Amino acid sequence: MAESLVCKNLGKTYKTGSNALRNINLNIPTKGIFALIGRNGAGKTTLVRILATELLQTKGSATINGFDVVKDADKIRQLIAIVPQEGRIIPWTTPRQMVISYLLYRGFSYKEAKQRADESLKKLDIVKYANTQSSHLSGGIKRKALVAAVISSEAKIIFLDEPTTGLDPISRADLWDVLKEMKKDRFIFLTTHYLEEAERLADKIGVIEDGKLFALGTLQELRKKIKYEYSVEVFGKGAKIKPKTGEVVTGLDEHKQIFTTAKEANRLSKELIKKGIRFSSNPVSLEEIFYYIVKRSIDTDRKNGEEKEKGDDYGA
Amino acid sequence: MAKRKKKEMTMELKRSKWSQLLASILVNTIYAMQNFPIMLLNSLLAPLSFLIVITFVSHGALLSVAIEGAFIMTMVSAGMALQADLSHLKNDMKVQDMVVSSPTSAFMYIAGMGISEIIYFIPNIFILSILAVLFIHVSIQAALVITAVMAIMFVFSIALSFLLSTFTQDIIQGWAFTTLVSTLLSTIPPVYYPITYIPMPYQYIAYLSPTTYAAQIAQSASGFLAISPMQFAIDWIVLILAAVVMFIIAAKKTRWREI
Repeated sequence: MAESLVCKNLGKTYKTGSNALRNINLNIPTKGIFALIGRNGAGKTTLVRILATELLQTKGSATINGFDVVKDADKIRQLIAIVPQEGRIIPWTTPRQMVISYLLYRGFSYKEAKQRADESLKKLDIVKYANTQSSHLSGGIKRKALVAAVISSEAKIIFLDEPTTGLDPISRADLWDVLKEMKKDRFIFLTTHYLEEAERLADKIGVIEDGKLFALGTLQELRKKIKYEYSVEVFGKGAKIKPKTGEVVTGLDEHKQIFTTAKEANRLSKELIKKGIRFSSNPVSLEEIFYYIVKRSIDTDRKNGEEKEKGDDYGA
Repeated sequence: MAKRKKKEMTMELKRSKWSQLLASILVNTIYAMQNFPIMLLNSLLAPLSFLIVITFVSHGALLSVAIEGAFIMTMVSAGMALQADLSHLKNDMKVQDMVVSSPTSAFMYIAGMGISEIIYFIPNIFILSILAVLFIHVSIQAALVITAVMAIMFVFSIALSFLLSTFTQDIIQGWAFTTLVSTLLSTIPPVYYPITYIPMPYQYIAYLSPTTYAAQIAQSASGFLAISPMQFAIDWIVLILAAVVMFIIAAKKTRWREI
């Protein structure tokens, strides 16, 4: 059986006419962590919901480990678990009760559910809140309780739709540690708009914007999509900068980002210091790769005067 | 550890349907009552309040009929409460999304939630049973007829609830549905008193609700209402047909997976 997640020309148009996904082609192995990054409304949640058999696509197909998300939904549901983007712990339950209930829904005996619940609450370091009614808990603990529910299950494929939203930096780092441990024997499909999260955790990263998958690969592979290794970000409107080598990307707020060589970044830095213009110069980060890929593609679409209808193919 | 891994490999065969039913019962009833005890009081008050009002207004003359009506209304209330609970878990908590992406089927989820609503109303049924023993003296046959009517009304209302819950996008909309349906199923029909108390032509409006037929059957079986055998048979046919049609519509139109 193919241990992979495959999307072929996957598309979703809602009844309102909004095109949430456009010809997504994807082929990734179901091991490790795959992070799908994109801005709000980019189509991340729609893709996750289709793959998690919660939502029907309007075009194309998707399979997980050889099972079709529509025809073989029952088989896929044995393999997967999800923490939805707006998922919330039931206010009248405690974290322990929430995890136990979820495991019962998955068919575990009450005895085993209790045992697994205690283990996962310990793993997420929320044992001391285990029996506190959730309406008295912070947002971060509530979020962790939901993650505890899915990781306590037997599911080999876990969808986490923006799991760290609302968590403080320490809680986020704790959760990252748990996810790193989990990826040893499970596949985690993670969506996030924290690029640092994808950079730290993911084995493979997908970049989605306006329902289209713009790029896919390891961080190193994505870095290669930018031929320049340095980024100079210039703050303030109206700064006239002309690099000898490189590419200038101008944001909607008119701030400029110059992707260039290390040598040219050095020269530009000196020029900007002389002119007294605020700037920062760094090796390209995932955030910048994202900005570069997404912004450049939007510019290309605008230049062409129409949106690209066909997505690109991305293979494992 | 190795034992657990092996167990997980064969999990498909070992999943317990009872556990899946228990999950809904715990989530929707036991944990709710344990952590918010006020909910128990609420479930007691809903159908009993009408019983009290009717008894006072009729100076006790309609007490027996009202107790019988309260039995039916308990089942209708239990079924209708399901709509609000399903909508809340689906729209506000996204719990239904987590369940959809799990081995629990729509049938097991709804069955569990339905049972949870009955459990929620057990104290109510218990109190009504004591009142029935004290104030109504019905035959075993009549008691069986009333039980059957209660069961059919419960099936009707949970099917309607599930159908409505799939279309609600917010709890506010869910409350609106609950009020609307509760008017149709509990305010308009003469459940706590005989239909003869409603003047013509308003009786025709009452006949738009399946609860009217349920109440007529129960009241007739226990001797509170005199109707012809033909009318009695028609009432059964309409009631069963309404439940079957609602069940079919719900099965065809409800959405487990969104489109």
